[in-house]
Amino acid sequence: MKFIKFFLVGILFGIVMSKAEIISWFRIYEMFKFQSFHMYGIIGSAILLGMISMFLFKKKMVKTFKGEEIYVTPKKEGLSRNLLGGILFGLGWALAGACPGPMFVLIGKGVVSILVVIFGATLGAFFYGLYKDKLPH
Amino acid sequence: MDFILQPWEWYVAGPILSFIMFLLYYFGERFGVSSNLETFCSIGGAGKFVNYFKIDWRENLWNLIFIAGSIAGGFIASNYLTTTDAVAINPQTIKDLADIGIMNAGQSYLPDEIFSVDTMLTLKGFSILIIAGFLVGFGARWAGGCTSGHAIVGLSNLELASLIAVIGFFIGGLVMTWLILPLIL
Repeated sequence: MKFIKFFLVGILFGIVMSKAEIISWFRIYEMFKFQSFHMYGIIGSAILLGMISMFLFKKKMVKTFKGEEIYVTPKKEGLSRNLLGGILFGLGWALAGACPGPMFVLIGKGVVSILVVIFGATLGAFFYGLYKDKLPH
Repeated sequence: MDFILQPWEWYVAGPILSFIMFLLYYFGERFGVSSNLETFCSIGGAGKFVNYFKIDWRENLWNLIFIAGSIAGGFIASNYLTTTDAVAINPQTIKDLADIGIMNAGQSYLPDEIFSVDTMLTLKGFSILIIAGFLVGFGARWAGGCTSGHAIVGLSNLELASLIAVIGFFIGGLVMTWLILPLIL
């Protein structure tokens, strides 16, 4: 039962990704062509409001529902990891027109071919794990 | 009800996404979708080959449930909450796409030239899908996050690492959109 809340939040996520057309390949292409404000508005407003959440967490004004302090683990530092990994991710994001969240939402939309993309993404994660020690970070 | 059936504007979607992030932290977890790809590897037995995947994937079960919910949400939205599949993209975008061989842009969520089952069953079509996925998965795990973990959480938290990663996302995305897509489509 403790997992049902994550399922419900996931449903909300899937609905908003669909209804705001974030799962549309065309919206991602349009974003990278700088031909619409739509995606920038979504990501930008999510970040601006997210800053308020982070402030409330840091000041301990909001705790988890169990009353524990919320600590947001910082991402690992490193120019190579973030820049090179980011560039590869960006190449894939613009080609697939979907980042990992939308990929799953597209299954619900009934897009069979997205399963090939998800399989590729899992393979990519596996090969990262395999060659991780040989890569700059 | 009509409001729900129309496409949602950015100022509706952005705050809801931010609220989703808030809820996941309030429930004692975090917001990050791409780590599920590593969990898939662990469940599939990748820990036998690579120590990196030797984790107790049950600890990430909540996140698998979250993406299961997102699949259900996609199903609900497309079957019950949407009256048209058209996406109102910029007319200039439609022209640009026609120039590189993507027809009927915006008449559905995805271009048939990449996502139709017929395209998927060709060698070129299948390769494009798998390479696109591979780049997303490899890149996201190398960078330690994707649009959710880096762009939304990391930038909200004012982290330099995430700023660098998001700059990387855009370098890659712009190179693909402006230089590579016209060559391969």
